[in-house]
Amino acid sequence: MSLENLNVMTSEMKSLFEDKSPSELTIDLVGVEYLDSAGALLLIEMEAEAKTRSIPFKLINLSGKGQGIMNLLDRDALTARPLAPKERSLNILEQIGNVSEDMFDDLIQVITFEGELIMEIVFSLFHPLSVRWNDVLSYMKRVGVDGLPILGLISFLLGLIIAFMSSLQLKQFGANIYVASLVGIAMVRELGPIITAIVVTGRSGSAFAAEIGTMRVNEEVDALITMGFNPIRFLAIPKVFAAMMVVPILTLFADIFAICGGMVVGVLGLDLTLYTYIQQTMQALEIFDIVSGIVKSVVFAILIAGIGCQRGFKVRGGAEAVGNATTSAVVYGLFLIIVIDSVFAIILHYIG
Amino acid sequence: MSEPVIIVEGLTVRYGDDTILEDVSFQVYGGEVLVVAGGSGCGKSTLLKHMIGLDIPDAGKVHINDVDITTAEDEELRNLRKGIGMLFQSSALFGSMTLSENIALPLLEFTKIPPSTIDLIVKMKLGMVGLAGYENHFPSELSGGMQKRAGIARAMAMDPHILFFDEPSAGLDPITGAGLDILIKRINEGMGTTMVIVTHELESIFAVAHRILMLDKSKKGIIGEGDPRELKEHSKDPMVKGFFNRQVMEDKNRGT
Repeated sequence: MSLENLNVMTSEMKSLFEDKSPSELTIDLVGVEYLDSAGALLLIEMEAEAKTRSIPFKLINLSGKGQGIMNLLDRDALTARPLAPKERSLNILEQIGNVSEDMFDDLIQVITFEGELIMEIVFSLFHPLSVRWNDVLSYMKRVGVDGLPILGLISFLLGLIIAFMSSLQLKQFGANIYVASLVGIAMVRELGPIITAIVVTGRSGSAFAAEIGTMRVNEEVDALITMGFNPIRFLAIPKVFAAMMVVPILTLFADIFAICGGMVVGVLGLDLTLYTYIQQTMQALEIFDIVSGIVKSVVFAILIAGIGCQRGFKVRGGAEAVGNATTSAVVYGLFLIIVIDSVFAIILHYIG
Repeated sequence: MSEPVIIVEGLTVRYGDDTILEDVSFQVYGGEVLVVAGGSGCGKSTLLKHMIGLDIPDAGKVHINDVDITTAEDEELRNLRKGIGMLFQSSALFGSMTLSENIALPLLEFTKIPPSTIDLIVKMKLGMVGLAGYENHFPSELSGGMQKRAGIARAMAMDPHILFFDEPSAGLDPITGAGLDILIKRINEGMGTTMVIVTHELESIFAVAHRILMLDKSKKGIIGEGDPRELKEHSKDPMVKGFFNRQVMEDKNRGT
């Protein structure tokens, strides 16, 4: 009697009770060579079934080992109700309320953290020796140098696509030359900073969240606190500084790569010369466009690194929480980038 | 008896509707080894986290060297913590750093000692915990017992006057655990460091404790306090006796 033949025996037991309706039941286990907990469970179920039908039930010739298994089974546990955590079933209104409350708390936490972060950035600017510059350099490499190939490729292709799509329209009016202006302005003002921010969020924002989150799970953040370190200054500031220095440079690279992409279309597809393309791009762009793109990218850098670190510090629990923090660092980061970009669009519209 | 260095007054901790600790008060005296003991889920680790200010209690005060850490300013708390060491249950060594970098970290950050002297201090601390020669190993290259020893070396980096231990022998075999107890005792006797140790290992308690504080889940607080041998012999509390004699208490609540 074991787990393998449990199904067969259960159906036999059912038919025994239903077809034969015995007035007395004695189970002789003399021929049973092997009994495991599944077999014991079947015996207990038979006993319970006999009891509900008021049939006298008896087990005979149960071996010592079998008796041991039977004793191990807690009969009450089979019928005990699960200890449900409190407030498991919430109605829709309560759920909406809880989610709204969580979102509000989350927003407050993000604002508080970014506030603390900005205070620490200001502190570090006045006390440059307190910054762990070795860590800053290492993160600059990870965020910047390591991220450049993929960012370069994406920007190049983006420039190429914009140039190609716009050339289809502009060609009809013989305005091929304006492809250069279009690619230049679109990339430098808007798409360069945005695409860089998106790539950095995906690569580094998530990595920051995972790194700090894992340190939280391993009690390393608590260890830092008990050693007298300020965890934001120790863990977040090097990442934020690295991002602040590298993201604007990456943005400039993205702009250049995209213009190169557009140039490929311009030179090969629209019969423009390299000189005219560059000349037209330079004419279309103003210093203000480049500077505003860089200012924007510094703000994005603080946001991306800040959100990544905040999500990491928020981790409570185990591996799943680290995964959630990583996802949420990317999602929230992207959301904030778009929101802040819209704010910039309005501000720059009035300044420009 | 010497002066108290840690004074806990009316500490109350709640998680949601559940009260974990209620009105817990006690003192830790300079140079003593106080063991906080009790069954799983009785709030031992929670108490420890509140004693070092990692969590803020719902009520009550914790004074360390006359500073109330529940209300202290961040800067004051950080300065206070430089004189405190803590060994975490998971050792909590920084995985990206070698042992010598782990131990040197607080010295490099908080002191102006030249690097060559710091190297020497690192060697000394590693030697004290029996890990001489492991400076350039990463924590992941060590066994659980060695990681605990390295954790103690790091906790002692700044020569703290108070050391906290969260379940030092958890997850270790009895011999390694006993070795750790001997190390703890040697540090206490040699350096006079005040120690607060959270554990439920009876052998460790008798090996290291000058005094024991017993917590219980149902009482949400202290059920016994004193010399462990005396408590074992003379306590009339059935739960205290049950703990020392490893008797399973009748408990109608499942899952405890």
